[in-house]
Formats: sequence, C-alpha cells, structure tokens
Amino acid sequence: MLFIVACNFGGDAQSSTVKAQLANGKKVYQKNCLTCHQANGGGVPRMNPPLINAAFVKGDAQKLIQWVLLGSTQKVPIDGKYYSNNMPAQANLKDQDIADVLTYIRNNFKNKAPAISANEVKETRVAIK
Amino acid sequence: MKNLFLMTATFMACISFTNNANAKATGDSLKIKKAGFANSAGLKLPAGFVATQYAQGLGEARHIAVTPQGDVYVKLSALKNGKGIYYLHDANGDGKADVQTGFGDFTGTGMGVKNGYLYASSDTKIFRYKLDSKGKVVDPAHPELIVTGLLNRHEHEAKPFTFDNKGNIYVTIGAYSNACQVNDRAKGSPGIQPCPILDSAGGIWKFDANKPDQTYGDQERYATGLRNEMGIAWNSDVNELYVMQHGRDQLHDLFPNLFTTKQSAELPAECLYLLHKGDNAGWPYMYYDQIQHKKILMPEYGGDGKKEGGENAIDPLMAFPGHMAPDGLLFYEGNKFPEKYKNGAFIAFHGSWNRAPEPQKGFFVAFVPFKNGKPSGNWEVFADDFAGGAEFMSPNEAKHRPCGLAEGPDGSLYVSDDKGGTIYKIIYKGK
Repeated sequence: MLFIVACNFGGDAQSSTVKAQLANGKKVYQKNCLTCHQANGGGVPRMNPPLINAAFVKGDAQKLIQWVLLGSTQKVPIDGKYYSNNMPAQANLKDQDIADVLTYIRNNFKNKAPAISANEVKETRVAIK
Repeated sequence: MKNLFLMTATFMACISFTNNANAKATGDSLKIKKAGFANSAGLKLPAGFVATQYAQGLGEARHIAVTPQGDVYVKLSALKNGKGIYYLHDANGDGKADVQTGFGDFTGTGMGVKNGYLYASSDTKIFRYKLDSKGKVVDPAHPELIVTGLLNRHEHEAKPFTFDNKGNIYVTIGAYSNACQVNDRAKGSPGIQPCPILDSAGGIWKFDANKPDQTYGDQERYATGLRNEMGIAWNSDVNELYVMQHGRDQLHDLFPNLFTTKQSAELPAECLYLLHKGDNAGWPYMYYDQIQHKKILMPEYGGDGKKEGGENAIDPLMAFPGHMAPDGLLFYEGNKFPEKYKNGAFIAFHGSWNRAPEPQKGFFVAFVPFKNGKPSGNWEVFADDFAGGAEFMSPNEAKHRPCGLAEGPDGSLYVSDDKGGTIYKIIYKGK
C-alpha cells in the first residue's frame, strides 16, 4: 500500500484530511474506474481516455465532477484525441467517494491539482439538476 | 530524514519489482525458443519464418489490403499529414516499402482490394477508388460512394468489410453498446427487451459491391446478434462467410456478486462464427462460456453465470479466451507457407484491456488449421511479442498491437499495428 502510493506520488506534506481522501479515493478507483482507465491510469488507446498528465483531470473541478455524475456518450476530443467507449454515469456514488476518487486521480498519474471536497460535489449535483 | 529513508526504500522496492518482471520475461522467451521459434523484426515466429518491418510511422494503421501487383494500401483511423489512406510500395524487393503516398481525407478502418477497385470505409460510409493496371489509384481525390448512412453511435464504430466472389460486400455494423443495457455499462441497469439496437446494428449487412449510394433497406441484414465483428473474411475454399466476435466486457464490474475478477478476465469467449444468411448469434441475450462449453443467459437479462440461454443462437466454430480482441481475420490461400497453413485462418488479436486487474492477454497473431471450412485442430500462437514483453498489465504500455491482416500475391502475410504504426511482412524461408 505504502509502496504503491510512494511509487505513484510525489512527496509533499499533506493534511490528514487529504491523506484520508487519497486512501479512500484509491479504493473507489479500484472498484469503479480501474477496468477502463487501468491501474496505471493509462486508459486504453482509442477507447478509454488516459488520466496520466491529463488537462481535463487537472483542470476545472466542476467539469470533472459533472463528468462523473453524468457520464458521457458523446464523441468529444479529450486532450486532442477521440475515444469510443461510453462512460457510465456514477451518480450513485456518495459525494465523499466522488470527491475522494477525483482527489486521488488529480494527485496521481503525474497530475497535480487541488483536492475536491464533498461539498463541491454536492453543489454540482444540485447545479446540474 | 525519515521521509528520505522511506523514499529510498520505496525506490529500491520499485527497482526490484522491475527486475522481477524482467526475469520472468527472460524465462518465458527461453521457453519459447526451445519450442522452435525464431526472433525476427521484433516478433517471435515459428522456425523458418522471417519478418521485416515493411513500413513504420503510420500511426493508427487499421486494416490493410494488397494489390495483385504486391503493393499495400493501409487505412488509418487518425489522419497522418491530413491523409487517411497510405499507398506503400517496395521498389527494390527488400521487404521494406520505400514509397509512402497518402490520400483520402477521412479516417476509418476497412480496406480491401477487389476486381480492380480499392475499397475503404469511414465509420459511416464505404468508398471505392478505381485502380489502374499497375494497382495504383487513378483519381485519389474522387472516390465513388458505394454505401452511406451506416450507424455510428460512438462505440464499436468501425466498419470492417469483406467480399464474396459474386459481387457482394459484407459489412460489420457493430452494436453501439456493451450488453444493450438501458444505460450502457452502468451497474444495475437492465437489458432492454427486445434489444432495439439490432434493427440497424449488431450484425452483418450485405450490399452490392458495384452499386453507388446504397444504405439500409437497399440490401439485406445478412446475420444478427453479433456484438462487434472486427475480423470478417470470406473463405474462398468453401465460399462461406466467417467472423471473429469481440465478446462483452465487464462481467465483474457490473455483477461483482456473480463473477470474480478472474472469471471476468476469462469470460466470455471471443468467438469464431461461420455465418449463413439469417443466422443469429444471440447477442445481447446470451454469451458463450468456453469453460462450460455452453451458451449462457446474459446477466442483464436475468442470467447468473449458470442458466443457459440463446436457444435460437448458432454455436461458435471455435471459442478463444476472453477479451483478446480479434481485430483481423484472414484465410490463407497461398502456397508459400508449409502445407498445414493452406486454407487455414490467421487471427490478429489486438490484445485485451478488460482483463484488469488481472494481467492482459493477446497482442499476437494466432493460427487455426482448417479443412473443408471447419477447424481441423487447435489454435496456436503464430506471431508473438508485438507488445514487447511477456506480461502486460495495461494495453497502453504495448509497443505494437496487431489489427489488420492481408496476403500478398507472393504468399507473404502482412500484419498492421495501430499502436506503433508499423506494417510487418512475414515470409517463409524454410528451415
């Protein structure tokens, strides 16, 4: 566990809240995201987008939350490339789990971006209704 | 200080992990060498076969076709220098193309040469270009539109095709779904009954290869209940149509209580089907379980991994391990390979992604011996090591992924690779 986190992750000091988010986020990732986006975040060429050093992962938090809540059946370019598979909506996940898994991918796979809170997920859920 | 120690320890752990992986790879390749394999152009081939990298740098090189004069056309699913088709010519006969010429401004997968024409598919249309007596396209800017308006809804959008010898073209229209759920790939979402996708996708449609501007309704749905048949080939030995199916994904993700990750990695089978007019292969109501040798009711339609289904569905001719992704199928008609290959099937397995978190599988070209249109023995790996290592956890690490297959007039076998953009040419030189 320690070994994987340390291999994937830089080394900045983090608050205990973020550490807890990262730990739970990894579990949520393994259960809900890993098959398509793969253990190393590399995705599948032409089918499922990679999360490694990805602008859409590091970028606007609200857009990222929306993506998880609504899924995607549209063929839109992601970081300039097209991917075929549909992403199922994951709105059934708890706000905290979505916040944690997004915090996890934003701070793994060569990404570095601020953590996302359960409250932000809750607000986005209301906004897209 | 404590952190530094931790990082050093972790770094060493990472190194030892890598070394273990290498040791394993070496062990495997030794074993393969003993079994009479040879290395050639980065591939492992049976003894007596030699490969060259015929062309490189083509990006997403999908299906390929060879003219009677021995030149290669390749269809790209991402434009290279604004072009979606490349003509490759080997002027000095060293097994490597010295000429690469691009044309066509559309992306796609299908590529074929038949009766003096080059056929190419986008994800919605099929075009053809007249070839001259040297096998070169006469007017690259003005192809003739043969089929239009084919459904492209995001998933399984490629339109591979093949020809019979009576002027017909058979086109795969893949199902835009994993298992015809109300919400595709969403846990708990049921299968739609009856599946509405099948009226215009999830099957093979037959068109006149010489008639312009056809679409649905002009010709018939030849076979149905087929999820995504990337490998599609006419066997001229018996004049029948054969396809290789990509089986459904994510049994464990969607039904964790019914399937372990190990079961989900193996199931369902990737199936080889012989198709007659009107055949139904059963998708999405069933899948084929190659371990139980049974057609099993799809869990989205009430199945539990044991209940049988698909009463009216045809059986596969051969069932391969799950998720290896057969992207190309070819019947070998030449005389230059040893006798056992005559009329047999080569299958390009693109390599899996859906076996995660288990190791991935595929990334090779397999061979199935055939007699009288039926497999006459077990399948075997013919060309291996496209990925560049023994065990893979993720397909994005693979260097090459086999996709298309074509036979040259000199009896050589061409293999395209849509990850590394390489075209391989494989010939038999003898032992």
